[in-house]
Amino acid sequence: MTEEFPEAGVGRLLRDLAPQVLGAVARLHGDFADAEDAVQEALIAAATQWPAQGVPSNPRGWLYHVALRRLTDHLRSEIARRRREDAAAGEVWAEWAFVPPPDVEVGVDGDDTLVLLFMCCHPALTTPSAIALTLRAVGGLTTAEIANAFLVPEATMAQRISRAKQSIRASGVAFAMPGSAERTERLGAVLHVLYLVFNEGYASSVGPELQRTDLSGEAIRLARALHALLPADGEVAGLLALMLLTDARRAARTGAGGELIPLDEQDRTLWDPGQIAEGIALVSEALSRGSVGPYQLQAAVAAVHDEAARAENTDWPQILALYGLLERMTDNPMVSLNRAIAAAMVHGPETGLALLETLDSDPRMRGHYRLDAVRGHLHERAGDPERALAHYRAAAERTASIPERDYLTVKAARLAAGRRGGE
Amino acid sequence: MKYMLMMHAPRGTGDYQVGSWSPEDFEAHIEFMHQLNRDLTGSGELAGAEGLAAPGEARVVRAGKNGAPVVTDGPFPEAKEFLAGYWIVDVDRTERAYDIAARASAAPGPGGEPLGIPIEVRQVMSAPPVDG
Repeated sequence: MTEEFPEAGVGRLLRDLAPQVLGAVARLHGDFADAEDAVQEALIAAATQWPAQGVPSNPRGWLYHVALRRLTDHLRSEIARRRREDAAAGEVWAEWAFVPPPDVEVGVDGDDTLVLLFMCCHPALTTPSAIALTLRAVGGLTTAEIANAFLVPEATMAQRISRAKQSIRASGVAFAMPGSAERTERLGAVLHVLYLVFNEGYASSVGPELQRTDLSGEAIRLARALHALLPADGEVAGLLALMLLTDARRAARTGAGGELIPLDEQDRTLWDPGQIAEGIALVSEALSRGSVGPYQLQAAVAAVHDEAARAENTDWPQILALYGLLERMTDNPMVSLNRAIAAAMVHGPETGLALLETLDSDPRMRGHYRLDAVRGHLHERAGDPERALAHYRAAAERTASIPERDYLTVKAARLAAGRRGGE
Repeated sequence: MKYMLMMHAPRGTGDYQVGSWSPEDFEAHIEFMHQLNRDLTGSGELAGAEGLAAPGEARVVRAGKNGAPVVTDGPFPEAKEFLAGYWIVDVDRTERAYDIAARASAAPGPGGEPLGIPIEVRQVMSAPPVDG
């Protein structure tokens, strides 16, 4: 987060207030898309005025007032257009003639934020649209900030968000909590979107920077808010724990030149003990209640890594067991890949290589650079530099991440140099 | 005015043979590129920069009958070079774009020797000039 900037305090406040105000406006107005536009305009007005003029004594009431003013302005011009055709429009207007003063107490309903998350992660939306809309409507980020985080032009991001809202409107879904049967499924979509936002910030699938801090920070903030609303949900706690336990290693994950440092070579004194303690407490609490889910298991794996003061102290048999459980629960080839790595650490590289063979027939993994990268690593450990080199080179050719390509290229170069040195 | 600086790499056994460099030479090369990008960001001249994935994954697409995509595998044997990445710089004059291109071209290779990478410099078209 950018705490060094004086306006950062205002930015944080606006982001926290955004879903509360939007929830209240959407409940009153009924149309999510209109309400979201109006609140975004109010947020932009506040971001311009508050740093210079000071934060009003009731910031939530101020935003609510300004957003409703914007809505009525739009409605007024709409009605003026329609009046020529429809004399009854005056009755509609009567309901909107009153805008509460800026110091009005706005009723905050925690469920509003949940309803917003469910709307933004609606199954009618594509994943990139759901991510963008979640960051804007629930995260309170501006379109420019979201565009910047995903390295796309602002106009493109604005269009993506606007189309997402049109899809929601076309789906006819009301601004209300989904029924309990639908809720579980929709919550899964919400967790997935938050997980992807975190990952985008942490692993940064495109571009030269390995970590985009703001997105990871946003994902953690939203997961925290969700956990506060649903404290008894084990998977929500698991996802938050997973993010914290992963983010704790941020400072150790890149070198001075921005290069990738793998887990076993990281300076573990740079890990954040506060985040680790919080993550471990969250996942232990969730697991002790007897609920087991994929996010909790991944968090448990991260916790085992984070608990090892040195790489060689890592409890690999426990990680292998956790990946075994996870593999039975999900149909994700990346889990099988990680289980093969853990098996190699426990039983030797040959066991890991044998397990990887089952992945060759999986169309989702064929030609995936991670498969080559892991094979390179295991062949290297097995004392077969020729094969290791070929796999590292293939992996470097296939990855779309510059830091990962550089890391794999250096790995290959080290092996090639060692071979030439005639060891 | 904006210029696109396109870095071409010789086609050979993959990505300009960096796999055969010593790790130190490769790391020096990467640090050189990072420093160039930091400097261009610092001077406010960097409008965009991207590296492209290796050409082995490239495909050529043409519209087939009824507009459906017809995808042909790369790599393309007739090409001696491939586009490895580009910068878009926003500079006051053409000479400055040439200076930046020359600096990028001199990125170190094996033994720290300048590679002399060919950099194609093309002006990016802009909106029509304002009258008056």
